[in-house]
Formats: sequence, structure tokens, C-alpha cells
Amino acid sequence: MSKKNKEAFLNPLGINNPVTVQVLGICSALAVTAKLEPALVMGLSVTIITAFANVVISLLRKTIPNRIRIIVQLVVVASLVTIVSQVLKAFAYDVSVQLSVYVGLIITNCILMGRLEAFAMQNAPWPSLLDGIGNGLGYAKILVIVAFFRELFGSGTLLGYNILNYDCLKEAGYVNNGLMLMPPMALIIVACIIWWQRAHNKDLQEK
Amino acid sequence: MANKKFKCNVCGYVHEGATAPESCPTCKAPASAFVEIKAEKKGLSTNSNAYTIIYAAVLVVIVAFLLAFVSSSLKERQDTNVKLDTMKQILASVNVQATDVEAEFNKNVKDMLLQADGTLKENDAAFATSYGAEFKNERYHVFVVNTDKGTKYVFPLSGNGLWGGIWGYVSVNDDKNTVYGTYFSHESETPGLGAEITTAAFQQPFVGKKVCDANGVALTVVKNGNAQGDSQVDGISGGTLTSNGVADMLSSCLNNYKSFLNK
Repeated sequence: MSKKNKEAFLNPLGINNPVTVQVLGICSALAVTAKLEPALVMGLSVTIITAFANVVISLLRKTIPNRIRIIVQLVVVASLVTIVSQVLKAFAYDVSVQLSVYVGLIITNCILMGRLEAFAMQNAPWPSLLDGIGNGLGYAKILVIVAFFRELFGSGTLLGYNILNYDCLKEAGYVNNGLMLMPPMALIIVACIIWWQRAHNKDLQEK
Repeated sequence: MANKKFKCNVCGYVHEGATAPESCPTCKAPASAFVEIKAEKKGLSTNSNAYTIIYAAVLVVIVAFLLAFVSSSLKERQDTNVKLDTMKQILASVNVQATDVEAEFNKNVKDMLLQADGTLKENDAAFATSYGAEFKNERYHVFVVNTDKGTKYVFPLSGNGLWGGIWGYVSVNDDKNTVYGTYFSHESETPGLGAEITTAAFQQPFVGKKVCDANGVALTVVKNGNAQGDSQVDGISGGTLTSNGVADMLSSCLNNYKSFLNK
């Protein structure tokens, strides 16, 4: 793997993270992170769709008329998502029930449009695929971190398993923080991650 | 010899040849006034209006055919899945979990319709999966289920939560009043708040409650911590609007079965 391809894949996981650095996909990051499980499902689906959409747009990039490129990107993304959700409905019904809420959120996810416009329109299919997977995983990473804290301190569970709901803790005065389940808390946790990342990475600090 | 084209910047004269002419034959401008005209790229200009319109049209047609093909070729499998899932939900409301849902359902469940005089008649039409539509058509389904614990009656429910549709099934004992089990599900309620209606913690307290009191259908959901009496169940704190949706759904749907239920 050449250096450039490696960067396309690894940068989104770290110094060019779509959520904390590019500040894309914040809206869905707030919506699906009250529990760990939907966050995982959403992260995985966005990764798959970003990778596929990036490849398709990259293959078409030389033919797409400049003036309607956003529409073309949107059509490609929307039809990909629809096809995937139809196939899941037929072959993996339980997963599709899980996903039903997020299908719309995937189509409107700004990471998709952002990557198509910024990367796939200028690059060959192989680097585009890596960039798509990298950005999807970078997004999933932040979602999982946020969901971990929200579910642990909001519901006292992880993936639905009991972690903190014990009588001895309750007697000692510990209560689950209901605010954790509300969207504002997701924003605060994302902000904390951004703060931590910028404090540790001089390149990201604005002068 | 490759012919190149040179254009005079002063008068617009185009000269063909290997190099620019020493002076322009029409305006006498020197060779420095000539610039080479690069051959245009082969193929269509992707910026022209015609190309844009044709591209959009072709793209839309391809996508439309693709989606139509995927949708129609998978329709049958999807409908089977929805049907099986509905059967699974009905069985879940009487606490039956089966590996072969369809066989279990056909063996032990009878799909009946409530008649105006309060009696039940077998449903001749195909198995329905959307009970909201069935209520609108005034077809009130009652599922008569044989379990190890006697005959149970299951009523479908359909209503609105905070963000989208909610639905469920309530089963009662053969006294036609005491709740035996429930099942609730939703389209898009908030995870961790309204979506908690799918959990046992919300559904379990329904068991043993009475559907009706002297005044009609009384089974309802109240604000968390305020449940009293035989027909009230605690709602979800933080999920009040979804809980209210469940309460509305219970009263509006179960009201249709008044003639069948014991007061």
C-alpha cells in the first residue's frame, strides 16, 4: 500500500477524523448514541455505504457534469442505501428492523456527501474505497466512544447488560444520570473528545 | 508534418502549419502575436446543457429500473418475513417463543373477526400484517390461542408514539378481562427513553391487570410512579409522550372490543 493510500485510510481515524476534525455527521452522532448497540449498527452501515458510494462516484467522476454533481452524488447514495435496506429486509429481517430508523439518517449523513465531494470526485476507485472505509470507521469510533459513556452513565448498562444497576451502589447514593440520555450530553462528550484531541495534537491547534 | 493551428491575437486570423508565420498576412502583426490553438479534447464537453440533461435522464432511468428490479424481485421474501414477524409478535404476547413460527402459529392460533353481535367468526381473508388499516376497515381481529395455560385471546393494537407509529398485542385470559401478556413495538421512538416500551420492564407490569372496569375500557398507562388500582401501569420517565401514545392506543383500540370483553 503506497504512502498516499495509507494516509487516505488512516488519517480519518486520527488527525483527520470526520466527526472531531472535519465536524461532519454531528447530527446523527447525537441521535443514535444513547445506547451502544444502535451506535455500532449505525457506524457499520455508514462505513459500508461510504465505501461503496465512494467507489461508484470515483468510477463515474470523469463523466459527471459539473453543474449537477451534487444531485448525481445524492442519487447514487440514496439508491445504494435503498438497495441495501431492501436486501436486508429480504435476507436479514432482524437487522433491517434494527436499521429502519437509521436508513434516513444514513442518506442525509454529511460524511457521505463530504467525502464524495472532497475525495471521490478527484481520486481513483482504490484510494476512494480506502478513504470511504477510513472515514466510516473514524465516524464509528467516535460514535462508540460517545455511546459507551452515555449508556454506561445514563442507563448503567452496556449493550443492554447490567453494569452499574446494583442495590449496593444505589444505597451508597449512586444514581444513573438521566441527562446522559438527552442529546445535549452527546454534544458535550463530542466536545470533550475534540478538546482532548486538540490538546494532544499541536497541528490541529488554531493560532 | 503535424499541422498545428495558430491564431493571431490581433485580428483572429488562423494559420495552419508547423510554426507560427513570421507576420500575419492580414494585419501584419509579428509572430509573437500568434498563439497556438490546442486541439480540443476528444469526446463530449461535460459542461454542455445537452450532455447534462441527457446524463441526468439516463442516470434516473437506470436507477429507476435498478430499484424497481430489486424491489419486485425481493418482494415475496420481504412479505414472508413481515408475515412471520407479525406471527412472532402475536405469539410473543402470549409468552410463546417458537423456532418454527409459522407451524406453531397455524397449529395453535385461530385468526378470528369480531362480529357486531359480539361473536367471533373465522377470518376468511389472507393473514393481515397491518392492523391499523384493519381497524379503519372495521375488521376487528381476535386471535384465539391455545396454550398450556388454557385459551387466550389476543387483540392487536395500533397507534402513534412521539416520532412514528407504535403497535402491539395484548392477550387476556379466558375470563376476557385479565391481561395475560403484552407485546409492544415501535418505528422510531427515542432509544433509551420512548423505545423502552419494548422492554420487559415496561411490559411485565401489565400482567394481571384488568382491561375493563365498570365504566368500560380502563387499562391505561400513567406517569411513572403513579400507577394504582387494577388497570393502571407505570409509564416511562423521560418517555412521557410515548407512554401517552401507548395509553391512547390501548383505549382507542380496545374500545372496539367492548362487546367481546367482560365488564
